[in-house]
Amino acid sequence: MLKASAIAGTAACSGCGSRVGPFSFPGAIIGAARDRGHELRGDRRLDEPVAEWHTVDVVIVGGGVAGLASAWTLDKLGLRDFVLLELEEALGGTSRGGRSDVSAYPWGAHYLPTPMPENIELLRLLHEAGAIEQFDADGSAVYAEEQLCRDPEERLFYDGQWHEDLLPSDVSDRERGEWDRFRIEVDAWVAWRDPQGRRAFVLPSDRGSDDPKVAALDAISMTEWMEQRRFHSPFVRWEIEYACRDDYGTTLDQTSAWAGLFYFASRIRNPGESPQPLLTWPEGNGRLVRFFADQLGNRARTGMLVTAMRPAKSATSGGNGGGVDEAASLKPGSMPEGPFDGVEVVARSAADGILRGWRARHAIFAGPQFIARRIIENYDRERGDAVRQFTYAPWLVANLHLRDRPVEHSFPVAWDNVIRDGQGLGYVVATHQSGRDHGPTVLTYYRPLCEFTPSEGREWLESCDWNACVDVVLRDLEIAHSDLRPLIVRLDVMHWGHAMIRPVPGFRFGTARARCQERFGNIQFAHTDLSGIALFEEAFAHGCRAAREIADQQRERVP
Amino acid sequence: MAIVQPVQPALEQAGWGKGEPLRLDRAPLFLLYINVLIIASCGLVYELLAGTLASYVLGDSVTQFSLVIGFYLFALGIGAWLSGFIVGSPARVFVEVELAVALVGGCSAPVLFLAFGYLRGFHFALFSVVTLIGTLVGLELPLLMRILKEHLDFRDLVSRVLAFDYIGALAASLLFPLFLVPQLGLVRTSFVVGLLNALVALWGTHLLRPLLPRRVGGLQGRAFLVIGLLVAGIIKADLFTDLAEEQQFGNPVVFARTSQYQRIVVTRSESDFHLFLNGNLQFHSADEYRYHEALVHPAFSAAIDRRHVLVLGGGDGLALREIFRYPDVESATLVDIDPAMTELGSGLPLLRTLNADAFGDRRLRVIHEDALIWLEQVDRKYDLVIIDFPDPSSFAVGKLYTTTFYRRLLRCLAPDGVVAVQCTSPLSAPRSFWCVVKTLENAGLHTWPYRASVPSFGEWGFVLAARRDLGTVSNWRLDERVASQLKFLDNSGLQGLFELPLDMRRLEVEPNRWNNQILVRYYESEWARWK
Ligand SMILES: Cc1cc2nc3c(=O)[nH]c(=O)nc-3n(C[C@H](O)[C@H](O)[C@H](O)COP(=O)(O)OP(=O)(O)OC[C@H]3O[C@@H](n4cnc5c(N)ncnc54)[C@H](O)[C@@H]3O)c2cc1C
Repeated sequence: MLKASAIAGTAACSGCGSRVGPFSFPGAIIGAARDRGHELRGDRRLDEPVAEWHTVDVVIVGGGVAGLASAWTLDKLGLRDFVLLELEEALGGTSRGGRSDVSAYPWGAHYLPTPMPENIELLRLLHEAGAIEQFDADGSAVYAEEQLCRDPEERLFYDGQWHEDLLPSDVSDRERGEWDRFRIEVDAWVAWRDPQGRRAFVLPSDRGSDDPKVAALDAISMTEWMEQRRFHSPFVRWEIEYACRDDYGTTLDQTSAWAGLFYFASRIRNPGESPQPLLTWPEGNGRLVRFFADQLGNRARTGMLVTAMRPAKSATSGGNGGGVDEAASLKPGSMPEGPFDGVEVVARSAADGILRGWRARHAIFAGPQFIARRIIENYDRERGDAVRQFTYAPWLVANLHLRDRPVEHSFPVAWDNVIRDGQGLGYVVATHQSGRDHGPTVLTYYRPLCEFTPSEGREWLESCDWNACVDVVLRDLEIAHSDLRPLIVRLDVMHWGHAMIRPVPGFRFGTARARCQERFGNIQFAHTDLSGIALFEEAFAHGCRAAREIADQQRERVP
Repeated sequence: MAIVQPVQPALEQAGWGKGEPLRLDRAPLFLLYINVLIIASCGLVYELLAGTLASYVLGDSVTQFSLVIGFYLFALGIGAWLSGFIVGSPARVFVEVELAVALVGGCSAPVLFLAFGYLRGFHFALFSVVTLIGTLVGLELPLLMRILKEHLDFRDLVSRVLAFDYIGALAASLLFPLFLVPQLGLVRTSFVVGLLNALVALWGTHLLRPLLPRRVGGLQGRAFLVIGLLVAGIIKADLFTDLAEEQQFGNPVVFARTSQYQRIVVTRSESDFHLFLNGNLQFHSADEYRYHEALVHPAFSAAIDRRHVLVLGGGDGLALREIFRYPDVESATLVDIDPAMTELGSGLPLLRTLNADAFGDRRLRVIHEDALIWLEQVDRKYDLVIIDFPDPSSFAVGKLYTTTFYRRLLRCLAPDGVVAVQCTSPLSAPRSFWCVVKTLENAGLHTWPYRASVPSFGEWGFVLAARRDLGTVSNWRLDERVASQLKFLDNSGLQGLFELPLDMRRLEVEPNRWNNQILVRYYESEWARWK
């Protein structure tokens, strides 16, 4: 069924720019930096002189959540001499948001479940960012109420109507019974502990158990797991697949049972309890990005495409191999005086096109692995086969700016609005959280392209012009809102070619992932893809870890 | 309408007008008298419609009826006088006039309702319509008498035509209150009566055939057009006022408007009127003073300082009326999301009388914004906050009763400030009532729940809230300057409000939170029992 709809989608899109539209509203495909990213595929970086060199303690490459968390942690550890280089004009990566006169809105990540008490670093961040007002005597966090997702949180469209919650009421008792059975399975995992007392599924995921029983879940797909447990109900399938598409951009077949269960079990504190409440903001997780950015000042440099990273000679001796000869390939006269055991980072500025270099003791590469392979010298040679195991799901996200709300006839608008028979996941309403219930608003539409293989999906995206994208978006949303079109004043589309790391069977417990987490010379890695799942908590944890490891290295160095 | 001289040559060209008198023998004469009867009834119905509509929406029926009757009779005179200028075929002009009456009269009620919906210019529309109809109706009988004078002697003509005219008036005056208004409503009545006029016109083209120009196709075509329009009006009358709505409210609807935010309906019974928002009664003019005195004066009695007052909701201006009784109020800020509501409060004469023209008070500042959003940016302090939101029957309104909302409110409440909140019925919806109290407490406020009985609502609940303990209720006294103006509360009545009987005693409930709007769910389930 998914394959069929994929083909329908392709047919609808290829070369259809002339057939659909024109639409009466303006808009654009966002992602200009896409083209800049493609620059990395060429090799001209090697023969161009670096215009100026700077020296810092640490260079952070990538201003997504992981890079920002690194910066935040470095600051805390007293390592304040760093620079963060981000290729886009805005910080945040896949967690960034936009803003119009009407409201801020997300472009990617849009919520964060309130963390469990064990996730101390994240609690600290939320406290500093004002999402947690205080900690009670028993240590439990008191959240700023208006940052918790406003009720009603979600609704589902089917049978021509909106219904409260995502669990439809039109299912048979047998199916409901199956759902209850699934919940019991999840609860069993919530209660499960390994001999060291670790949970199976916990955020950040690296604190979870690696017990063979847990690892076995990673060997099979969620489909296989469900078949083994005799979950056959289409409704239960839909619910679980919805979760996988939502969090990973993958279908049940493409998701390992480990990741499928992770979604449910990591959010429940004790068996029988409901999932942790969600934090959200009009700009989605862009709110936390803004908090990070405010701390950075001019140490964050945007519009900087990092084209090369070179671990220097002596640094690699303690590391894991790396660019030994290549240090010599630097421009004559560009080498600093005396021995240098750090990292050289070269970036091209979007503003003036000039190449600038930084010499640092340490670097954190906070971008995805597929890019590490293109810019870190010798990385491909050393780890290319591991990196190739990292696969990323493409997504299409659209922001619809509306002059007014569509008419509602059934259950009222919620924050997350899911259309059961749609190809996408539905939409979130930017003004829901600010409490603006009338007049103009922004809807953010999400569509994982999981019916394709990742590269097919990216080709599909590239073949889609704006008209074709708008057609895809409207075809989905008009299932629920036939009066939508005349309300649109602008519609922008984001093509996320490598939106999310895919937790395909075998990836989480495979060797590739573990290998790429290790430092490469004086380069540390931090990105959510190192977890095999794309989540704020994961990106944040990797960022914090990378910064801490640098601090540890520093301490070893200074006796 | 061809009623002025230049038309004459054309009529003559058509081959008639001055020549031989033509005979009318296509129908027995009494059918023509029936025409008189119908015409007379219709004319009177239009007058009654205008009078009723005006007194519905403007109140003061004596004035409205007297003015409408006066203008109408005067306009009849104009019509009669104008008929003297008509030369040429009176029959043709008669048919034309009938069609005009059908159209103008038939559409009079919907046109006036629409004009009223937009308030400004209602008087102009009213008197224009009344004058126009009167003039046209004034033309009818003289024309008809001129047509008939060839067939009757003058004595018979005058006596019969006038007799039927008066019979028609009687018929109309009986039908109007007994059948038309209760069964059809004002708007449909108007269309139906217009249709009668149009049918008379159509029939006229047949009856008066010998007196008409050779080709009557054009006339008939127009008659059919008018008939079509009016029939469409009858079918679609609900667009103007909803008869179903009238049945739902049990009284004629005198104002109905769907704003961006809500459906606003004002209905009228003999001596009172009522405001409904989304079908929920907001006030009944007969006992609203109980509600609004109870909403405003306890807070004013408990407050130390009352110079700066904030009113949230309450676009009808009735709470303002109570507030402006206090000379020490220096400023009042009213925040109501819906401009249509405050326009009603400041523009609907019935309401302006009731709220003592509160919107004309210089101390008032009106803001149209969602109170939750407005509170986010407010940077001054208020001594008193009067919260008069609709009941929490939806999430969009329920958010105005959350801890988040009250916390925001606290930021603009003076240290000694007092808040009064209307919070549905402690008898019919006790969990909802106590949920509001609990939510205020959760936001860090002291509370004093109370209730008043308002017959049109039943037992109604309120709560006072303040940052500090305001002491015991028995120390609170009404301001003497104001007490003398009140109809419901005196000092002992004020104390009595805070004594809750057993059946309204406190229940353990959850507070209403931004992320869990339990109040909306309580409210829905509790009121479901009473519907
Ligand atoms: C559509 C969508 C919805 C999502 N929704 C959620 C959600 O609701 N909740 C949630 O927790 N997670 C969500 N996620 C997952 C999200 O990816 C993570 O939460 C998190 O933002 C990942 O951060 P990161 O720093 O690891 O990676 P990224 O966001 O990928 O950041 C990497 C950064 O590095 C930069 N970069 C890359 N190469 C270079 C270079 N050569 N030079 C300079 N800079 C470079 C990139 O521009 C980017 O800013 C969503 C993701 C997407 C795409």
